Amino acid sequence: MSIEVRHLTHTYGEGSAISTVALDDVSFAIEPGEFIGIVGHTGSGKSTLVQHLNGLLKPTSGQVLVDGQDLNGEGVNRRALRQRIGLVFQYPEYQLFEETVAKDIAFGPKNQGLSSEEIDRRVRKAMDSVHLDYAKYAEQSPFELSGGQMRRVAIAGVLAMEPEVLILDEPTAGLDPRGRDRILSMLEELRAKDHTTILMVSHSMEDMARLATRLLVISEGKLVADGSPREVFARRDLMTSIGLDIPESAKLCAALRAAGYDLPADLYRPDELKEQLLRLWKEANAC
Amino acid sequence: MLTNITMGQYYPVDSPIHRLDPRVKLVLTIAFIVAVFLVHTLLGYALILGFVYLVSRLAKIPFKMLIKGIKPLRMILILTFLLNLFFTAGETVLVEFWIIRITREALRQAVFYSLRLIFLVIGTSVLTLTTSPVALSDAIELLLGPLKKIHFPAHELAMMMTIALRFIPTLLDETDKIMKAQMARGADFESGNLISRAKSMVPLLVPLFVSAFRRAGDLAMAMESRCYHGGEGRTRFRVLKVTKNDYLACAAMAGLIALIVLEGIFLT
Repeated sequence: MSIEVRHLTHTYGEGSAISTVALDDVSFAIEPGEFIGIVGHTGSGKSTLVQHLNGLLKPTSGQVLVDGQDLNGEGVNRRALRQRIGLVFQYPEYQLFEETVAKDIAFGPKNQGLSSEEIDRRVRKAMDSVHLDYAKYAEQSPFELSGGQMRRVAIAGVLAMEPEVLILDEPTAGLDPRGRDRILSMLEELRAKDHTTILMVSHSMEDMARLATRLLVISEGKLVADGSPREVFARRDLMTSIGLDIPESAKLCAALRAAGYDLPADLYRPDELKEQLLRLWKEANAC
Repeated sequence: MLTNITMGQYYPVDSPIHRLDPRVKLVLTIAFIVAVFLVHTLLGYALILGFVYLVSRLAKIPFKMLIKGIKPLRMILILTFLLNLFFTAGETVLVEFWIIRITREALRQAVFYSLRLIFLVIGTSVLTLTTSPVALSDAIELLLGPLKKIHFPAHELAMMMTIALRFIPTLLDETDKIMKAQMARGADFESGNLISRAKSMVPLLVPLFVSAFRRAGDLAMAMESRCYHGGEGRTRFRVLKVTKNDYLACAAMAGLIALIVLEGIFLT
């Protein structure tokens, strides 16, 4: 499933005195299998953008095309499309409502009108994907779980619909390092196993450096950069000018280069920086 | 989705009426309601109309906005008018047709009752349009203050009102968010019959209640950690003061009531 966004503009409160342009002429295309990171400052329009991708918001102008079909065109079944494009909101644990974990996860598949055997299979699979033990948690109340577990239940609720594209709005916000790592490795597995296309909104450049194959940078409603993490993180000036950071590894690399060490300019991952530093150390010790 | 519902219709401009002491405004509104009930002639209503018009000009509120405020009441108004018109006993028959009998007295009563309702709504909406909800609950607390002697929880009541008003937009926002999240999971809030629609509210209401309770707990904790312990010995940030304008407003209202009473005595 491919998604194409064409000249998307969204204005909140159009025509009134307090109208604000949240998105301004944004265009890009998403190919199957990509892991796209959407980064931007608070209030830059990221959340508005992702809500357009499954038709929860209507563009003021412009189009969102899913497999070449206009999402907001006439006669399009948006409810069916929403199940193919799964959207996990910010703090999704606040949308839990059922008595048991299994029932809550089954809400999406039930709305799809699936048979009870299929629903059960999907609930088990989704719980497995988010590393929640079915035997232990299925019959528990979701409100008795820890924050990180609740979030994983909520994500499982979207995964159970088996979407082809998964969009997550800051899935690691407010979690401790362990909870964060769990979610990120879960996303890595999901992409490797089910070939799900993933879009993730995040503030954490470290997360993006680890996972993303492509970055979209948004500032004040405009798409200011679109490229591989290597290309984007090399543009340090642009990133800092719009209030964003670059990964620690990229920072350290830049500082070392400024101090006269011979390092490539576009390092941004901890593992590749480590290799280069070991190489330098060996060279220094050799003579 | 829900953000277009305007709650608490405070009209934020700066005017002499807006600057009046909210306590005075509240009392004057009650006086105005009494004045409306004292009127028994059309000339009296003309006086009231003139007064309302002047006040709305002073308050810089578009007169249209006041008229708009009556709109939601139109069914009640029509009903009041018709019921009084058809079912009031009277002697001077104006129209008699089949079982319908309209008398002069009935027509008079129908018109007066409807006008009374209209002016009651307009009078109170002048208060809410020119007074912020916070100022209004302050005023209520201070006016109910003497009742504290008989252990009436005036401060607590006003605090609850302020908090409730403060959280209306927050909860509306939250509703919007949860609704979208459930729609992303294929929930359907729009179609189906009454029962299935009521059922579809469960995924919306449960999270909403959970979050409202969580927020209430958080707020209580935050207030207690700042040593909030009720109204006892509490001083105010905004001290309300009665000024020259407030006396003028009182005088104007007294004048209106006097005119209405005199007109009632001498012209009937």
